[in-house]
Amino acid sequence: MGPLTDIGVLNSNWELLIALVIGLAFGYVLESAGFSSSRKLVGNFYGYDFVVWRVFFTAAITAMIGLMYFSYLDWIDLSLIYVNQTFIGSAIAGGVIMGLGFIIGGFCPGTSACAAAIGKIDAIVFLVGVFIGIFLFGLSFPLIEDFFKSGAMGSVFVYDFLGISAGMFVFILVLFAIVSFYFTARIQRKAKPVRY
Amino acid sequence: MSANTTTKYMNPYLAGFLLGLILLAAFYFTGEGLGASGAFKRYEIAVLEKVAPWLVEGHHFFGSHLKSGESILENRLVYMILGVFAGGFISGVVSGRLTWKVEHSPKISSKTRLIAALAGGMLFGYGSQMGRGCTSGSGLSGMASLSLAGFIALFAIFGTGFLMAYFFRKLWI
Repeated sequence: MGPLTDIGVLNSNWELLIALVIGLAFGYVLESAGFSSSRKLVGNFYGYDFVVWRVFFTAAITAMIGLMYFSYLDWIDLSLIYVNQTFIGSAIAGGVIMGLGFIIGGFCPGTSACAAAIGKIDAIVFLVGVFIGIFLFGLSFPLIEDFFKSGAMGSVFVYDFLGISAGMFVFILVLFAIVSFYFTARIQRKAKPVRY
Repeated sequence: MSANTTTKYMNPYLAGFLLGLILLAAFYFTGEGLGASGAFKRYEIAVLEKVAPWLVEGHHFFGSHLKSGESILENRLVYMILGVFAGGFISGVVSGRLTWKVEHSPKISSKTRLIAALAGGMLFGYGSQMGRGCTSGSGLSGMASLSLAGFIALFAIFGTGFLMAYFFRKLWI
């Protein structure tokens, strides 16, 4: 029963090797889907290419349904899965800053890595920016530490927050995704095509 | 680059399904999802540790990930991002997309694009630390594990992107 490293089946050296292989597959699929092109990624925000929306939502739903089935079949102990802790203020502030970075820079850190790997110079420059941004965050940390640690809610599940069951939440999300795929396809057909 | 010099991209739903399986495998094997910004933070701290140890030691951010007798680079995210570079490169070779270029809208110069890329990268780097993870770690993996934090990250990142798109349209369309 998984997760294999947490229950001691695999030691930490195996974990690093597996992470490398998972990263390899991650990068391959991102590049194959077109995530190495900033103009394709940003098309999501102008309606001419919703590839980000489609890939992102399909991946999230596939993984969450997979985790539920793995748990149901006793293949994985969900209580050992890492659940991101919620810090309400810094999560929103960080997300807003990242959203600005996305629309200005055209990448996120993962996609810039796979774009840099195929020779996109704008992606390499974006990555340099990421390192500078992390450094500036570190320098400013004494000023924002209190805010960064405020609003701690612990590892909260979204379905508990909404007061519904996990199964119901995922079901509603899948319906939402399917409807959104239909409407984004319509928007994309009407949008002025962009060549890139 | 015109369409006939590059091979077609993978169907987005197929790519999403495969990415979901990769994410599921990450959870099954390691108990954690995917990530990118965490690796860059660790590379940066590893360098700072060498060139400016006085800055790192006792610092609440730079120093918080250091454990005595253990390298900050012995971490799964550090290895994962090496895989992302390699995987992206292999896909680029297979699909014939390997080329040095600055991709930008015909309405802006390469220089403008590079300045925007640097500024955007800086914002994303800063925001990823503020938000405890980027699109992969906080957003995608957080959503898959059904954490509230993942959905907040998703709404904040994409919501801001949609709201601000109008103001930066000259960069793209």
